[in-house]
Amino acid sequence: MLAAVERRRRLKPKLRDEIVTLAHGAGGKSSHVLVEALFLEELGNPLLAPLADAAVFSQNGTRLALTTDSYVVKPLFFPGGDIGELAVNGTVNDLAMMGARPLYLTAGFIVEEGFPTVELRRIAASMGAAARAAGVAIVAGDTKVVEREKGDGVYINTAGVGVLERDLELSPALVRPGDKILVSGTLGDHGMAVMVARGSLELEVSLESDTAPLNGLVDGLLGATDGVRCLRDLTRGGLATVLNEVALAADVGIVIEEARLPVRAEVNGACEILGIDPLYVANEGKLMAVVAPGAADVAQAALASHELGRDACIVGEIRDEPPGLVLLETAFGGRRVVDMLVGDPLPRIC
Amino acid sequence: MRFVDEYRSADVAKRVSEQIAGIIEPGRHYKLMEVCGGHTHTIYKHGVENVLPPEVDLIHGPGCPVCVIPMGRVDDAIAIAERPNVVFTTFGDMLRVPGGNGSLLEAKARGADVRLVYSPLDALRIARENPDREVVFFAIGFETTTPSTALTLLRACSEGIRNFYVFANHVTIIPAIRAILASPDLRLDGFIGPGHVSTVIGTRPYRFIAREWGKPLVVAGFEPLDVLQAAYMILRQLAEGRCQVENQYTRVVREEGNTRALEAIAETMELRTTFEWRGLGFISQSALKLREEFGDWDAELRYDVPGVRVADPKACQCGEVLKGVIKPWECKVFGTACTPERPIGTCMVSSEGACAAYYNYGRFSRRLETVAT
Repeated sequence: MLAAVERRRRLKPKLRDEIVTLAHGAGGKSSHVLVEALFLEELGNPLLAPLADAAVFSQNGTRLALTTDSYVVKPLFFPGGDIGELAVNGTVNDLAMMGARPLYLTAGFIVEEGFPTVELRRIAASMGAAARAAGVAIVAGDTKVVEREKGDGVYINTAGVGVLERDLELSPALVRPGDKILVSGTLGDHGMAVMVARGSLELEVSLESDTAPLNGLVDGLLGATDGVRCLRDLTRGGLATVLNEVALAADVGIVIEEARLPVRAEVNGACEILGIDPLYVANEGKLMAVVAPGAADVAQAALASHELGRDACIVGEIRDEPPGLVLLETAFGGRRVVDMLVGDPLPRIC
Repeated sequence: MRFVDEYRSADVAKRVSEQIAGIIEPGRHYKLMEVCGGHTHTIYKHGVENVLPPEVDLIHGPGCPVCVIPMGRVDDAIAIAERPNVVFTTFGDMLRVPGGNGSLLEAKARGADVRLVYSPLDALRIARENPDREVVFFAIGFETTTPSTALTLLRACSEGIRNFYVFANHVTIIPAIRAILASPDLRLDGFIGPGHVSTVIGTRPYRFIAREWGKPLVVAGFEPLDVLQAAYMILRQLAEGRCQVENQYTRVVREEGNTRALEAIAETMELRTTFEWRGLGFISQSALKLREEFGDWDAELRYDVPGVRVADPKACQCGEVLKGVIKPWECKVFGTACTPERPIGTCMVSSEGACAAYYNYGRFSRRLETVAT
């Protein structure tokens, strides 16, 4: 029976939905099915196949990383950031997670008819500032305007290219039992800040998005140790989703300890009220690193020495059993599976 | 976090667990049912079963409000939502529940104006702000959520808001417990009583369980230590040969309940003759509808709903799971044809549903169980 459940879970996913629902965009299981059973089937090639944060390839002896991401956040301006800053940092971070130094970005704007130019300028200015802070330049762009009510103000797509200057490979496939798992700081800040900023919850908490460029943090980490096996930024779907992807890609077990997970009291409180697990909440300035057992302390110190990694800590480790599953040792003394979500985390009734 | 961490202490859990081990009869196997889906969620989220001695088994009862809504009612909800000019508002976890013809999330993708709300008052606000639209609230849940629907109706009435409608599906816990007690397959030693429901109805309505059926019931809170302590209190009653209704959740639950909430319910709603529960079938006087005086706000009077009964899929064993006759993973389709992505039965949909809780949180401990048995 159990074997049947596990076999089922490992089957190549089949897209059985006739229409796209919001669950397909939430980063959980439905998103994976859409990407693997539709896009990968039609567009598949060796560079795309690993479905990493960015594709890595060599050109004239230079290793380059290329990525793209679209931003559809609501509200456009939220405590701690806005869609423009997010669009720069998100793409910078996708490049950094492959060990690349981000060089150039492109930006595409889809603007809704009636959108105030003063807000568009505010977004562009914030992108400029974010690009300067991350040490990249936005070197090409595109603008399209759609009819009123055919968009939420503005959508932004960015693409980015970076160069790999270190001779290293970072991939979930490289992780081994015994490796340690680190996170660079508190979990769930961005997702909860945005949820609260939407205003429908009437929660009075001061939460700020953690949006930040992580290339400096990664550079410090990779300079301190060559024991880093895999880096992932903890965006949509949160730590739980990333850990599940690593466990499946490497066919290893993962155990994390609830008591070690860094979560702000405000985030924890808002999550408790809504019945949402901070493990699944999005971050925009946090990463997870899997490092060789002997390198864990050095890696932690390297992260903690950077302003964006002050709260870095070891949260768990890679095991050989049970393959493909993520387990959480609860602070209560129990243990449970941490699975991927199907769609968005939905608030519970009671 | 204060007022939370105290109820999740591993040290205290260990001590309670030792006390439990000290009062159980050697060789005896205990089956305790937590009636409420909130408890099921707590048990899995924190791994309460790992802390209990193996002789004590927790059975997950029918108290998941999302799980017990029959598919036909979901179809009715979708039919209302797809009418032109309707804004259909619902709690989040109802969005993915499949009816005979897809879920509300799919109806939304097809173009229905389906919106997630956190309270019926949010739905009323949408109605106030959009006087030219008809705003319908999908009212579901046990006595926990019924008072908020009742208060919203009273407010709609006093403010004279006429474009707001309630699609009432509120159910009551006592008839469901009676149905389970009357089930011939029943092999339970006691009940962990629902905390939130009891906040409203108090502890008196459970007395028949001890008196007529000889089973202890302890009303419990929703933190893992609450559940563990409630299990201890039930087992202590069994050890001492007692059989009573006790209250572990004294910080919130009073014997007489919340009389103002009960008054609001009584003012706006009345019992239906009968109502279908998913997996349990029709149970008489187990659900509420709006009183005639509130007919202007009643979605069932405003709209022609299909009202077609959809039989549970044959392969689905939700009913047996809800009654504790089988464990979720003993169901023929668990985890294969029925998964949280593609649920066949509603127990797989909500995170409070016994099957989804097992699938999402319990696959590993279940593996150990199967190895052990």
